[in-house]
Amino acid sequence: MYDVVIIGAGITGTMLARDLSQYNLKVALLDKENDIADGATMANSAIVHTGYDPEDNTMKAKMNVRGAQMYEQICRDLGCKYRVVGAYIAACGGEEEAHLDVLADRAQRRGIKYEWLTGDEARKAEPNLNGQVTKVLSFPTTAVIYPWEVAIACAQVAVKNGTELYLDSPVTSIDRNEDAYIVHTEKQDFQTKVVINAAGVCADQIYKMVSDAPNFTMKPRKGEYFVIDNAVHYVDHIIFPVPSAKGKGVLAVPTVYRNTLLGPNSDYVASTTDTGSTFQGLDYVRDNISKIMKNAPLNRSIRNFAGLRPSSSSSDFIIEEAKDAKNFINIASIESPGLASAPGIAEYVIHDLLKDKLSFEENPDAVMTRQRPLVMAELTPEERAQKIKENPQYGRIICRCEQISEGEIVDCIHAVCGARSVKGVKKRVRPGMGRCQGGFCEPRVLTILARELKESPLDVVLDSEKSKILTKENR
Amino acid sequence: MKHYQAVVIGAGCAGLGAAVALKQNGIQEVLILEKDEEAGGILNQCIHNGFGLTTFKEQLSGPAFAERFEDQAEQLGVEFKTGTMVTKLNPDKTIEYVNPKEGYTTISADAIILAVGCYERSRGAVEIPGERPAGIYTAGQAQRYLNIDGYLVGKRVFILGSGDIGLIMARRMTLEGAKVLGVAELMPYSNGLPRNMKQCLEDFNIPLYLSHTVTHVYGHDRLERVEIAEVGPDRKPIAGTEKSFDVDTLLLSVGLIPENHLGDDCGIEMDPHTKGPVVDENYMTSIEGVFAAGNGLNVHDLADYAAHQGGKAGEGAARYIKNGKMKEGTVRTVAGENVGYVVPGVLHTASLPPVIEFYFRVRKPLKASDVIVRSGEKVIRTIAKDHLIPSEMENVILAGKQLDGLQEDLVIEVKEK
Repeated sequence: MYDVVIIGAGITGTMLARDLSQYNLKVALLDKENDIADGATMANSAIVHTGYDPEDNTMKAKMNVRGAQMYEQICRDLGCKYRVVGAYIAACGGEEEAHLDVLADRAQRRGIKYEWLTGDEARKAEPNLNGQVTKVLSFPTTAVIYPWEVAIACAQVAVKNGTELYLDSPVTSIDRNEDAYIVHTEKQDFQTKVVINAAGVCADQIYKMVSDAPNFTMKPRKGEYFVIDNAVHYVDHIIFPVPSAKGKGVLAVPTVYRNTLLGPNSDYVASTTDTGSTFQGLDYVRDNISKIMKNAPLNRSIRNFAGLRPSSSSSDFIIEEAKDAKNFINIASIESPGLASAPGIAEYVIHDLLKDKLSFEENPDAVMTRQRPLVMAELTPEERAQKIKENPQYGRIICRCEQISEGEIVDCIHAVCGARSVKGVKKRVRPGMGRCQGGFCEPRVLTILARELKESPLDVVLDSEKSKILTKENR
Repeated sequence: MKHYQAVVIGAGCAGLGAAVALKQNGIQEVLILEKDEEAGGILNQCIHNGFGLTTFKEQLSGPAFAERFEDQAEQLGVEFKTGTMVTKLNPDKTIEYVNPKEGYTTISADAIILAVGCYERSRGAVEIPGERPAGIYTAGQAQRYLNIDGYLVGKRVFILGSGDIGLIMARRMTLEGAKVLGVAELMPYSNGLPRNMKQCLEDFNIPLYLSHTVTHVYGHDRLERVEIAEVGPDRKPIAGTEKSFDVDTLLLSVGLIPENHLGDDCGIEMDPHTKGPVVDENYMTSIEGVFAAGNGLNVHDLADYAAHQGGKAGEGAARYIKNGKMKEGTVRTVAGENVGYVVPGVLHTASLPPVIEFYFRVRKPLKASDVIVRSGEKVIRTIAKDHLIPSEMENVILAGKQLDGLQEDLVIEVKEK
């Protein structure tokens, strides 16, 4: 019997799994995809918002402020990138400036650091802000992270502490008896005291397995982005327009690895699997980025992507025990600022929702930290030389754009929660993230994966179990 | 720190050509650094014939063509380091590299030649709507899987872009049993060489859809279908003209871009038109003693041309090593009417070599035209051409003497008669 089954290994599920793993609990973490963080966590703006935006008296505000306070330490503990870049909210004219006052007031009351800049002061720091911008509210502590890196690191900590991870395990149904749930997947069943539904865009489908009258339905909203070559230096800060009812608008985001993200749009879609980009969506980004920016380097785009925000019929996060299903906890509607809120959500779920349901006995052997995997490009020349001496694979560069060695790729395949696909390798050590988008390194990564996983190159997948790259041997 | 007279970065056709020329021009210590395990660069995966016609007056495969140069370089005593990735080029002409044997090493040189090649534009650069299933490759990637690794990437293939690698892969995959359903080209004319259009598409009855693009890809795990549509003069799809193809593979052959990580980070001035460094008549970049040639400078039609240009850069570098600084009397070259770019981008009029070769491409297909080289109002040379197309690089050879005392920018323009 499990104490907890978490459905969904995105940032919410993995962060919770890590926190739960410090206790003597039997926990299973399930995901329908072939890797951790393959849904909303893989495709978002990657920002740790400080918490000025959500309205008062919402779970969003509470979780965001708390999560943002915790993030830097968590990233340090997990050996993950946390890059403080600061955020500019750029107003054009009086009406928008008035809205900045509302945000500043919230920030003031929530203890969030902010500064005012005139349009000219802001343009001095960010020359690509356009002339329309009249006033800027700056949040200097806003950071960017590599969202899937954090999720993978959380899962690694949890698994090392005893959490069981089951990928490629879509939940097919859930049965209830007296004091337990039985969660069915195609491969096996899990009997558990508590179910945590962190299934992102599929949260309502999971909830319907135990409820005849669910109190929310998911309404995924698509967001599309351009990724700009990291050779282009476009912005130093995250640049937002003034937020509207539709969301935070089209932003320019400097990423952890110095690419620029331009996007997103925001369109409701009918399907939870519709993550395709569209002409209309990208045109929307193209048109709207110029509201506050100029010289947008769209001709240096190296990739477009689309992600689905797990929005729902509720305007606020839903983090509660289901009214009609005892010990079934929904963590749903975790749209923006969901990434920033994840640590706060994990803390809240454990302390406020689970405390009286389970016995929380500390596991004295639990290790809550993770050492950062070796990244050759982060070492000094002397350190690199030493590592190559120890293992010559660190001296064989596979990805020429981002200078990633064979040794790093091999490491990420054999690590806990190791990569099983080309995209899994890309998420962990980044070959294919550069300007050639894998044109050079993908065949080499495929060869390494086949060798290390002891499988035929024909069986190596791009991402999902069925996404084979090669079709036939031709010797 | 070990010092060399000359270091060539990249052992593809341009790099090999440069190393050979350096030796032939009397430079003793020549080192060539290559990231791959073998020299030859992208030629190693080009197993089709057609290389060497202008260089050796015979038809060779890519690997055989590379081998000719490798043998020559080895006989001349060029030192090779393969499996060696240059991580940094510094303005003081030091080079940092890694390889499994030596670890992380820094060396210095009197002259450095960048022969770093180019990379293929990817899906992200052309904004193809739809999900990201397996089954979408650049043409060169599919070529590597097939010719080096020995695997076909798919059974039913569509190709976007009429670049030469895509055309060559259309033929190659057809010969290996795949079905190629068509090639869509955004422009109203082909971007491939006429000989490849004939030998790779026409001879295999593969349809070419000019003024068409891919408007959507379908499939979640693996590609299942592509939709194409005709585009208008604004290159935007025309509603109602969509056609669908059930394919498991989409190859992209939508352009090559010079790879300039190293040069960019070093602060070398880049030409926004070629996307390679701005070089002078000796192929020297804006950093003294650093040279560039081949597809990393401007993308060529044929490996023969890239190797030839590598040789010219090798000669230029040898001149520099022997004579030192040559930077005097600078004028720029300018791409005039109908011309996309001109290489070299600057000339040092006080020290021009006896012969200078200019490369350029026209922006669109042109009928009978005059290629005019002028400086200010003064016409230096006019060459009549029957027709010009963007997929064929043009060159103009001038004697250094013709440019003596040049004061104003040198313009190359093409006027249709």
